[in-house]
Amino acid sequence: MDAEALRLDGNAAAGLLDQIFASEVTTVRGTCAGCGRTSSIGALLLYGGAMGAVLRCPGCEAVVLRAAAIRGRYLLDLRGAAHLELRDGA
Amino acid sequence: MSFISRGFKGRGRREGAAGRLPPGQYLEHGFPVLSAGPTPHTPLDRWDFTMVGQVDQVRRWTWDEFLALPAETITRDIHCVTKWSKLDSTWTGVSVDTLLDGVETSADYVLAFCDGGYTTNLPLEDVTGGKAWIAYAYEGQPLAPAHGGPARLLVPHLYFWKSAKWVRGLELLAADQPGFWESLGYHNRGDPWREQRYWGDE
Repeated sequence: MDAEALRLDGNAAAGLLDQIFASEVTTVRGTCAGCGRTSSIGALLLYGGAMGAVLRCPGCEAVVLRAAAIRGRYLLDLRGAAHLELRDGA
Repeated sequence: MSFISRGFKGRGRREGAAGRLPPGQYLEHGFPVLSAGPTPHTPLDRWDFTMVGQVDQVRRWTWDEFLALPAETITRDIHCVTKWSKLDSTWTGVSVDTLLDGVETSADYVLAFCDGGYTTNLPLEDVTGGKAWIAYAYEGQPLAPAHGGPARLLVPHLYFWKSAKWVRGLELLAADQPGFWESLGYHNRGDPWREQRYWGDE
């Protein structure tokens, strides 16, 4: 069976992603794409003031995560994170 | 009662402020600090300013060479997207026109790059024609590191995030490339008089 036959649309991942985005954010651990250091969200260094959250790695100061509230929507940039790890709170 | 409202408004504002605050802004007398990252402390003997990208040849100035360029002292109002405006701030620096003098380019855009990795993008026409400077003094004193020293871009006719702190150069580009805040929902151009704060603002 080829890959296209197995492919689903993104909605099929909704259950998994709902679990992730409903997670308690303070339990999230992020790994810096720059230096590989893993830190809890609370251990990241917050800059950006009123413009948005710029969360930097405590090891190398690279940006791990950026977020901003823009006229009723939220933008999240995870380019600086190799991955996020979220604990199953259930 | 309308004449009372007008009178109160007139006395309540700092003299000269009327008509100088873009929509949605308030008058700030201090100088708030907003930063996307830690303050870099690049030694002046390792500082340079470069003009790179679509140029006939890369231009580079050391700190001493930069200070030897013709300087201008200008007084302008500045407007932060977080809604404060500060009137009559006085800066000394080198006009971007001076830095581009003799540079052959077909670029239409620039991306300012900085110590610490910050970037901001602008159309070339927003930094030429006496509209932008690389400023190294504020109110007659060397520009403090918290405010972008040793040198920052100054583009006072646009929201102040365009006036990149700790600037180290301009990359001239044929195609526009969103900078740090412009890629996180902030307006690509940022004209305070048109209240261009966010993506989608006209």
